[in-house]
Amino acid sequence: MKANVWYGKEHMRVEEVPDPRILNPRDAIIRITSTAICGSDLHIYGGYIPGMLAGDIVGHEFMGEVVEVGQGVRNLKVGDRVVNPFPIACGNCFFCQQSQFSLCENSNPNAWMAEKMWGHSPAGLFGYSHLLGGYAGGQAQYARIPFADVGPVKVPDGLSDEQVLFLSDVFPTGYMAAEQCQIQPGDTVAVWGCGPVGLFAIKSAQLLGAGRVIAIDRFPERLRKAGEWSAEVLNYEQVDVPEALQEMTGGRGPDACIDAVGMEGHSHGVFGAYDRVKQSLMLESDRPPALREALKVCRNGGTVSIPGVYGGFLDKVPFGSIVNRALTIKSGQTHVQRYLAPLLKLIEQGAIDPSFIVTHRLPLEQAPEGYRMFRDKEDSCIKVVLKPWADPPTLNSRQSSGEVEPQSEAKPHLH
Amino acid sequence: MATDFTQQGFSRSPQQRATVTSAIPSQIPSRRSYPRRQRLPSLNGVALAQGLGWFSIALGAAALIAPGGVSQLTGIGGDRRSVVRGVGIRELASGVGILTQRNPAPWLWSRAAGDVLDLALLTSGLRPGNPGRGRAAAAVAAVAGVLAVDALAAAHLTKHAGHPLVSGVAAPTDLYFETSIATAKSPEECYRFWRNIENLPRFMESLESVRALDERRFHWVAKGPAAAVREWDCEITEDRPGAALAWRTLNGAQVPNAGSVIFEPVGPGRGTIVRLSIHYSPVGGRLTAALAKLLRQDPQSQVREDLRRFKQLLETGEIATTRGQPTGRRSLIGRAARRWRLTSSN
Ligand SMILES: NC(=O)c1ccc[n+]([C@@H]2O[C@H](COP(=O)([O-])OP(=O)(O)OC[C@H]3O[C@@H](n4cnc5c(N)ncnc54)[C@H](O)[C@@H]3O)[C@@H](O)[C@H]2O)c1
Ligand SMILES: [Zn+2]
Ligand SMILES: [Zn+2]
Repeated sequence: MKANVWYGKEHMRVEEVPDPRILNPRDAIIRITSTAICGSDLHIYGGYIPGMLAGDIVGHEFMGEVVEVGQGVRNLKVGDRVVNPFPIACGNCFFCQQSQFSLCENSNPNAWMAEKMWGHSPAGLFGYSHLLGGYAGGQAQYARIPFADVGPVKVPDGLSDEQVLFLSDVFPTGYMAAEQCQIQPGDTVAVWGCGPVGLFAIKSAQLLGAGRVIAIDRFPERLRKAGEWSAEVLNYEQVDVPEALQEMTGGRGPDACIDAVGMEGHSHGVFGAYDRVKQSLMLESDRPPALREALKVCRNGGTVSIPGVYGGFLDKVPFGSIVNRALTIKSGQTHVQRYLAPLLKLIEQGAIDPSFIVTHRLPLEQAPEGYRMFRDKEDSCIKVVLKPWADPPTLNSRQSSGEVEPQSEAKPHLH
Repeated sequence: MATDFTQQGFSRSPQQRATVTSAIPSQIPSRRSYPRRQRLPSLNGVALAQGLGWFSIALGAAALIAPGGVSQLTGIGGDRRSVVRGVGIRELASGVGILTQRNPAPWLWSRAAGDVLDLALLTSGLRPGNPGRGRAAAAVAAVAGVLAVDALAAAHLTKHAGHPLVSGVAAPTDLYFETSIATAKSPEECYRFWRNIENLPRFMESLESVRALDERRFHWVAKGPAAAVREWDCEITEDRPGAALAWRTLNGAQVPNAGSVIFEPVGPGRGTIVRLSIHYSPVGGRLTAALAKLLRQDPQSQVREDLRRFKQLLETGEIATTRGQPTGRRSLIGRAARRWRLTSSN
């Protein structure tokens, strides 16, 4: 099969690899129909995620059709159309039993590595370093799904791939980020980052009853999307964000703040340069400008929810704000399995159309180009969906206005 | 005084859990937390024997290399070189015996007998008119002291010869560690799964097979990284259904070890903490053990992973793996990582 393989910092290649096969009774194999590039994949692309090995197949947002099931999988059958959550969870352990699926104790075969790094090991993830299991990812034509009786959710044929694909990660991630804010009706929620995670957090905050959502980014097209989902927007290149937020909330600060930026935060000025130098000297593993701002402006007793991924050690984080102003910090890799059914229902009811965020469809062959484009936010790129079975020449010529693939549901959006 | 570790584990009732260190022989300073890797504290006899072994070797070497000097020093006169050489050979033999044999007691007795012969030889130097008489007297006193130490160590080790810590298990290089894991299953389920001996090779990675010889004794076959297949017999020394198990290898095992596993209830509906304690003699001594640890091939790392697999099997019915999944081309580093099982994936 074809797969997108990581070979080093900013070095990925789509190449022929062996097909996956069933390794355990609770495995299933799916033929992937759509797969996306995530902001988290950019951290791998940039070489910021430890524990990657040359030859790793990446990708964790994917869906497709079941083509084989192990004898321990009763709830799925060949032919089912499913979306797959990015954390791998057994459903039996202490954490799974409390629906904390991304903390599953039984899915990381390299748990000892994660223990060395973080003290304890979370769940294994698809295509996300050997620290988190070394599982082959889903930017490929097929994928092996461990604990397939727990993870994948069946989706109705009436919904297109792009409407349900993001159940695999970014929609539940934005939703959990908002849910963790314990939003009271009328609350003001500020969201740093208007990438896919930020956009879904914005929409979810509204669904959960926020009175006001303020979105922060610097790319006009992303801010525009946020605006279309009725957020007020701040371009941090034009205004001083903490000052503006103080102003907008009468000096009290937002009731909740969401950092949907993560470890590769961008900033100008002294702190920006400081973080870049320290990160490149490996004195600091993450660049947290958004987190610093969020901790500073969040109202007393408010909640700072952090879906943005941080990997290691952060510098100049105002911990004093947390203690002295009684802030609540919430974070975590998303417990995706917990949200599949309720969020699928929201999609079916038409409360949200996740395909809203898609800007680019590319054949899998062009994954490396997709990464670069998404990293540089070039061509107004917000979300890239890869088609593993698309005919490369058709899509390669970006003039074509034809269908991505015969049974494809959405017209390719070409610029 | 050797401690019976098979009892130790069990002396720990749930009420004593908070003071878990009390179950470890009191000599261990509790400055380190779990998992603990300590030289067995109660083996003074063994440590002493090791010291005496090296003393023998030094003495023997000196007697062989410089017999003249030795007879001068001990005041027995310069014409006894061949006798001194003989003493040297005997000392070397006992030294090697003490250091290499699992049960050093007989070799310590041979040292003590040698001391008696030496005393006889030295007293000849006490004869009036011998110019080295003063030195001979000092040598007699020294050897008498050494004889006392030899006899003490030999008697101690003889007394405990039947004990696993001394015969078979407690070489001076013995190591001890504890490791534990929390599971969602009840102590009964954990016990039943473990007690069903056929299950062991499913989660103990270095184990090829286990076969029952009778109710309490089992024959183990290890895979072993050194290609050489190792086999040994093992007996259950204590069996408390639903609560604990203890075992030790029988004499003749190449890697003598003894251990216990306790299934400790955490609280109603809260599952079980499975606690494993192991005593073992590392093959190839401490240096090899340190190297093995670096490569995570040491028993403690391996047993920890075994426990993880035990939990996975029990809770999920399978062991999480990536072996056999597709990958791109691996670099040398990637292949080495796989070879040494630093990562589980291929
Ligand atoms: N917790 C989880 O389970 C989970 C799941 C998916 C993604 N994530 C993480 O969420 C984060 C965002 O993912 P994404 O897919 O939306 O990525 P993305 O790269 O599309 O979005 C990041 C956005 O942050 C903006 N940004 C950068 N610096 C900023 C600053 N100082 N202030 C305000 N905005 C700033 C960028 O302009 C960009 O629009 C990543 O860190 C990703 O790893 C976490
Ligand atoms: Zn993701
Ligand atoms: Zn689990």
